[in-house]
Amino acid sequence: MSDWRPSASLDTLRLRARLLAQTRAFFHARDVWEVDTPALSQAAAPDPHIHSFAVCAADKTPRYLHTSPEFPMKRLLAAGSGSIYQICKVFREGEAGRRHNPEFTLLEWYRTGFDHHALMKELDLLVRELVGGRLLLQASQFFSYAEALQRFADLDLQKADVEALQACARRHRLDAPTLGDDRDAWLDLLMSHVVEPALPRDCPVFIYDYPASQAALARIRDGVAERFELYINGMELANGFHELADAEEQRQRFEAENRQRQQQGLPVAPIDTHLLAALAQGLPDCAGVALGFDRLLMLITGQTEIGSVLSFDSECT
Amino acid sequence: MATYSTNEFRSGLKLMLDGDPCSIIENEFVKPGKGQAFNRVKIRNLKTGRVLEKTFKSGESVEAADVIDTDMQYLYTDGDAWYFMDPETYEQVGADENAVADAVKWLKEQDICEVTLWNGNPIAVTPANHVVLTVTETDPGLRGDTSGGGGKPATCDTGAVVRVPLFIEEGEQIKVDTRTGEYIGRAKD
Repeated sequence: MSDWRPSASLDTLRLRARLLAQTRAFFHARDVWEVDTPALSQAAAPDPHIHSFAVCAADKTPRYLHTSPEFPMKRLLAAGSGSIYQICKVFREGEAGRRHNPEFTLLEWYRTGFDHHALMKELDLLVRELVGGRLLLQASQFFSYAEALQRFADLDLQKADVEALQACARRHRLDAPTLGDDRDAWLDLLMSHVVEPALPRDCPVFIYDYPASQAALARIRDGVAERFELYINGMELANGFHELADAEEQRQRFEAENRQRQQQGLPVAPIDTHLLAALAQGLPDCAGVALGFDRLLMLITGQTEIGSVLSFDSECT
Repeated sequence: MATYSTNEFRSGLKLMLDGDPCSIIENEFVKPGKGQAFNRVKIRNLKTGRVLEKTFKSGESVEAADVIDTDMQYLYTDGDAWYFMDPETYEQVGADENAVADAVKWLKEQDICEVTLWNGNPIAVTPANHVVLTVTETDPGLRGDTSGGGGKPATCDTGAVVRVPLFIEEGEQIKVDTRTGEYIGRAKD
């Protein structure tokens, strides 16, 4: 017999509904309004580590399912929306595992006049409000990316060339035979395999100021990217930026990412020219963050498999 | 050369690593929201039996091990080797202690097992998921107790010790799940 039942318990799904209502109340109280942008776009995310699903209608140019609502939300900001939020399904091909499902729920919001530090504080408030009494959270901890590597992997980022990163991986008994001289891949390896599991538990941990090579869509200030991540109990929950507003720099980053895609034999992503035009018009100074809503639910319910908080995981759709 | 992409990784897949055939025990997808995705795998080197961990960039390909999983009948052991026969060709192979490993306690003469051959040599033995064993030693059964509550250890003809319900008696045949080592029920003829 086909296993038609939900992969989450009905109690968990009811809790999900309550948390969504609480989230909407949180933003309503702060005059941040809810928007609903398209999931299909002619443009795709150029980030070589994120793979879009392409949707092909007969005789038409392909459309892509969004991997985050970032680009159209920034167009709304450029049009004068002020602070906005969105709760939506996003789609990432090839991401499946204990903490990954190819489609998942993002809560993404943008705050005009905020920098990444101000947004970290608001994210902290929201998470504490949603967690409520279900989990005891100690005072939040904040580390710069360099401090986190120093403290939890005993690595000096300033001096960390590829050889030093390889040596650090060996010290932590990590065997990754094929990373070669890809410095950012080594950094990602150490962050995900060494730092994440060693982060303090039972409190929100914010890591901020990333290497400029990992800026994504964040501003770069004095050689570091104004980007942050939130971890709780070693699980990544959110990623945020003090948003890059320079259209020309954004275009160059997209083109550089597409060159990386070509080198890796990946399809080139059609660039979102509407976004670039909006940035050229002027994006207000703002910070934005995307929170994995399913992961937050995993944290609150103590589940270790993402399928246990989804109505139906990708195995049973 | 056959290869497997990391997105085909699953437990039981056989890879060549550092010149040795290996079998994936666990595969975990690890990915920061922004940044490189990895497949972190726990693997058993099928020649040495050693378990090791390796991390691959997701999307990479790894050489497939040229091994064949074949159903063979277990014949007997002389203490040094365990002998298996291909029921179609009647060809026999002897597997050493490393290859038989934990499967040894489930091996019953004439049962069919999966034998992994590399260059014709057996390097791993996997028993059937369910085997029927005879209880050779256990405390006396409690008459009338069919609840299955509690339980007691029972030694079987292969040497395996399985936790069984109190009503099971010596000489009875029981069905056991070899993956968990758990009692499933009385064997029904």
